[in-house]
Amino acid sequence: MEYFAQQLINGVALGSIYGLIAIGYTMVYGIVGMINFAHGDIFMIGGFIALISFLIFVSIGLTAVPVILLLVLLVAMATTALYGWTIERIAYRPLRQSFRLAPMLSAIGMSFVLGNFAQVSQGAQVKPVPPIITGGLTLFESNNFAVQLSNVQIIVVVTTVVLLTIFSFIVARTRLGRDMRACAQDQTMAALLGVDTDRTISMTFVIGAALAAVAGVMYLLYYGVVDFYMGFIAGIKAFTAAVLGGIGSLPGAMLGGLAIGLIETFWSAYFSIEYKDVAAFSILIVVLIFMPTGILGRPEIEKV
Amino acid sequence: MNGPSDAILEVTHLSMRFGGIVAVGDLSFSAERGKITALIGPNGAGKTTVFNCITGFYKPTAGMLQLTHADGKTFLLERLFDYRISKLAKVARTFQNIRLFAGMTLLENLLVAQHNMLMRASGMTFLGLIGAPAFTSAERRAIDLARYWLDRMHLLDRADEAAGNLAYGDQRRLEIARAMCSEPALLCLDEPAAGLNARESGALNELLLAIRADHGTSILLIEHDMSVVMEISDHVVVLDHGVKIADGTPEHVRNDPKVVAAYLGVADEATAVAVMEGQR
Amino acid sequence: MATDTAAPISVRPTPALNVGFVFKRACISALIAFGMFALMIGVRTEAGGTSAQLVYWTRFEELAAIVAAVFVGSIVVELLRHRFRHFEPANLVPRALEGPLATIRRLIAPALLGFTVLIPVIFYDQRYVLDLSILVLTYVMLGWGLNVVVGLAGLLDLGYVAFYAVGAYSYALLATTFDLSFWICLPLAGILAAFWGVLLGFPVLRLRGDYLAIVTLAFGEIIRLILINWQTVTGGPNGITGIPRPTFFGIPFTAADDGFAAVFGIEFSATHRIIFLFYLILALALLTNWVTIRLRRLPIGRAWEALREDEIACRSLGINTTTTKLTAFAVGAMFGGFAGAFFATRQGFISPESFSFLESAFILAIVVLGGMGSQLGVALAAVAMIGGFELFRGLEQYRMLVFGMAMVLMMVWRPRGLVGHRDPTVFLQHKTAISSSLVKEGHG
Repeated sequence: MEYFAQQLINGVALGSIYGLIAIGYTMVYGIVGMINFAHGDIFMIGGFIALISFLIFVSIGLTAVPVILLLVLLVAMATTALYGWTIERIAYRPLRQSFRLAPMLSAIGMSFVLGNFAQVSQGAQVKPVPPIITGGLTLFESNNFAVQLSNVQIIVVVTTVVLLTIFSFIVARTRLGRDMRACAQDQTMAALLGVDTDRTISMTFVIGAALAAVAGVMYLLYYGVVDFYMGFIAGIKAFTAAVLGGIGSLPGAMLGGLAIGLIETFWSAYFSIEYKDVAAFSILIVVLIFMPTGILGRPEIEKV
Repeated sequence: MNGPSDAILEVTHLSMRFGGIVAVGDLSFSAERGKITALIGPNGAGKTTVFNCITGFYKPTAGMLQLTHADGKTFLLERLFDYRISKLAKVARTFQNIRLFAGMTLLENLLVAQHNMLMRASGMTFLGLIGAPAFTSAERRAIDLARYWLDRMHLLDRADEAAGNLAYGDQRRLEIARAMCSEPALLCLDEPAAGLNARESGALNELLLAIRADHGTSILLIEHDMSVVMEISDHVVVLDHGVKIADGTPEHVRNDPKVVAAYLGVADEATAVAVMEGQR
Repeated sequence: MATDTAAPISVRPTPALNVGFVFKRACISALIAFGMFALMIGVRTEAGGTSAQLVYWTRFEELAAIVAAVFVGSIVVELLRHRFRHFEPANLVPRALEGPLATIRRLIAPALLGFTVLIPVIFYDQRYVLDLSILVLTYVMLGWGLNVVVGLAGLLDLGYVAFYAVGAYSYALLATTFDLSFWICLPLAGILAAFWGVLLGFPVLRLRGDYLAIVTLAFGEIIRLILINWQTVTGGPNGITGIPRPTFFGIPFTAADDGFAAVFGIEFSATHRIIFLFYLILALALLTNWVTIRLRRLPIGRAWEALREDEIACRSLGINTTTTKLTAFAVGAMFGGFAGAFFATRQGFISPESFSFLESAFILAIVVLGGMGSQLGVALAAVAMIGGFELFRGLEQYRMLVFGMAMVLMMVWRPRGLVGHRDPTVFLQHKTAISSSLVKEGHG
């Protein structure tokens, strides 16, 4: 029971990170209708930026952890937003009217570029950082097993909730959100009605990348390591989360993220840690077969 | 009139619901063998939904669709899996938004329609792979049939062009030719005259009458063009909001106040009668 | 209006190059590049020595260089764009040349094949060329195999490498545990791969487009993870070693008395085996090609292409889309399995590392660059891609960077591939190539 509760906490924290990445996939898919394969690597870049800026802030003598954390978040979000914008501009925008395979291959190419770029510029080794935030609460203890809620976990979940609230507000209430929803429905019509679709799509990539950066920071806090290869697997899992929740649906992406996080944690805890990724991918296949529209997705009626 | 026993298609109590929306509600009608039956009605009346139920793209919520071949073999279409309706029950169809294989030539389009025959002849591919004579001759026959239909449609000299390059009217005719290449017992045409000019739709009338006369194919068509419907149909079924409101000869239907009311969108039958009186 | 239509297009006034605009653009590009690279390139981190402590140092020269490069690059791109703004690839070939060009095009394939057959004769003592040719032919074969699934049937498969892996491991396990010969293992490997193809195909039949792509990708990863983790059977990350080398129908390529050289009374040379491998993969590749070309002209192949064009119309014509898709998966997987078995016998050693997602992407890129559905295009693309990779051999660590950029540029420049037309499978009077703009790419 205690073990179960502990895994539940771990799963929710991990799921929050996946959920943040999944939002980027789901938004881009909803608007442009493509899988942004490079998104996982943007998350990875976000992790690296967080690591580097953290080192710099510490070495220039900043000591207040909340200040450092906030600054690192801002720097990471701003930098990866640039990456998101540039990638859309270079690799996707020229292909918007092209045939369907083209943007997908272009995205795969971009994913390789980013992965290799990080490897070349920062080296291939895994980069560890000392624990930045330590400590936590012991929720309860019995049978010599303490159920702990670490401060990192609290920060991860709280940050996710706060960002999700802000983001939901943007989509539901602001002009940009309205434009985004209009583009998702019908790009041509939105353009005819005066929506700047180019700008809206760019902003979608920027926001998605910024959220991925947050996920990168959280990942660094949570695991204390980054490496150039972490984007690929995390990306596929986050995409699984987006599909599981129903692609195009924002709450769905978060829900899917939590589900994947929990499945992975429990699988590792109770079955085998080696096959945790196999479990996640199998879930993806099973979900797509039996529930192609996901948990919160709208069913698609085949037009004849 | 023949007795009801000579119906090729009998639709009884067909209903189709999408969520809470009733697209077709308790529809019954029958199509006679060797006759042209028209299904008409205002936009959104549920005509294409009926077609999709008949050709297996939708599973009806309720009801029975019975198809009887000339040799007495019957098929319950609602129980057949989509592609088997064409394969076994011999129902072919065209689509409202033309669905040709645009990147393939006209000839290839017509050969794809003879897939099942050719597949058998090629011994499920294995005999064909080694070039067995049985397959070669079957393929020659298939090409001859395709040639016949291309000729009928005045498309023979364009046989080797891509279907996507054809003009709109030609594409419509090619789609009918493709459906006929599968040698159907019942041909379902979804708005074959849509987008055609007066001359073309006149030619379409003749074509459909000729298909019926030469091949004895029963035809079920959805049409908005009243000149087509009234000239060639033997029997007209009128739908409105998923419900049958009239059923009979073109003459009979034309004078039905309910039909006029549905088409003009007036409030009730009395007004429709008044409108009709005024026209005369 | 009237003057507008009368004026020939070439008289349209050339807009002057706006220097200020170009400069502004270049500045913005440089600024963005600075933002992107300031931390990633400007600062280098390293786990320092024995302690877990990270150290970092700055690389401002590199940062400045790259920002300057982006600035200059932006200006160059703008100038090129201005210079070639009326440039259309379609106008590249004058009309008068099109006839002779078509003849040349028809001669490319036989000429290429003739040259390929002669490679071992011409380059007999150049081991490097022979090895490279074998590699190219392996990818040609893989490309042709995937072409059945992606190019003909229009089913996007991002996990093709799984079947390559199944073929390789099937051969390795069968040959090392049961001591079966290559010629028995080869068909078995193909059949096993085809079986896996059907196994994957069955559940994913209802999926379309991107969903199919992601599920096949996941499937490929699952196979790889199982190969890594199922240590007792697959040897885990260390793979399988000591896979039997190929024999000339039972005669080994050794210096021994019963070896190939002794039996045929020629002097022993290690090259014999390489040449045998060369002709083996050439034969396998040609078999793939022959079967694919034959299948295209059979009803099943036509059904694949029809499926790519319009699945709903296929169903209305009585085509069983389920079996049609499954056969496409099975045939493609079978060729992948053959190639895998060949890979295993050539290397003598296999490990999961050879079967990563990168391989799938590489093969898919070959198919797409070749022009989907075109056999010749795929062969040319394989030559171009491997050749390109070899060119960057010296820059080993930048390989993926270059490959990724090439993929992006390729898609932007020529999304329809090198050979942009489709050959009809049957004709009444004359064969006319169909422009690829009409050919669909499938939705599955």
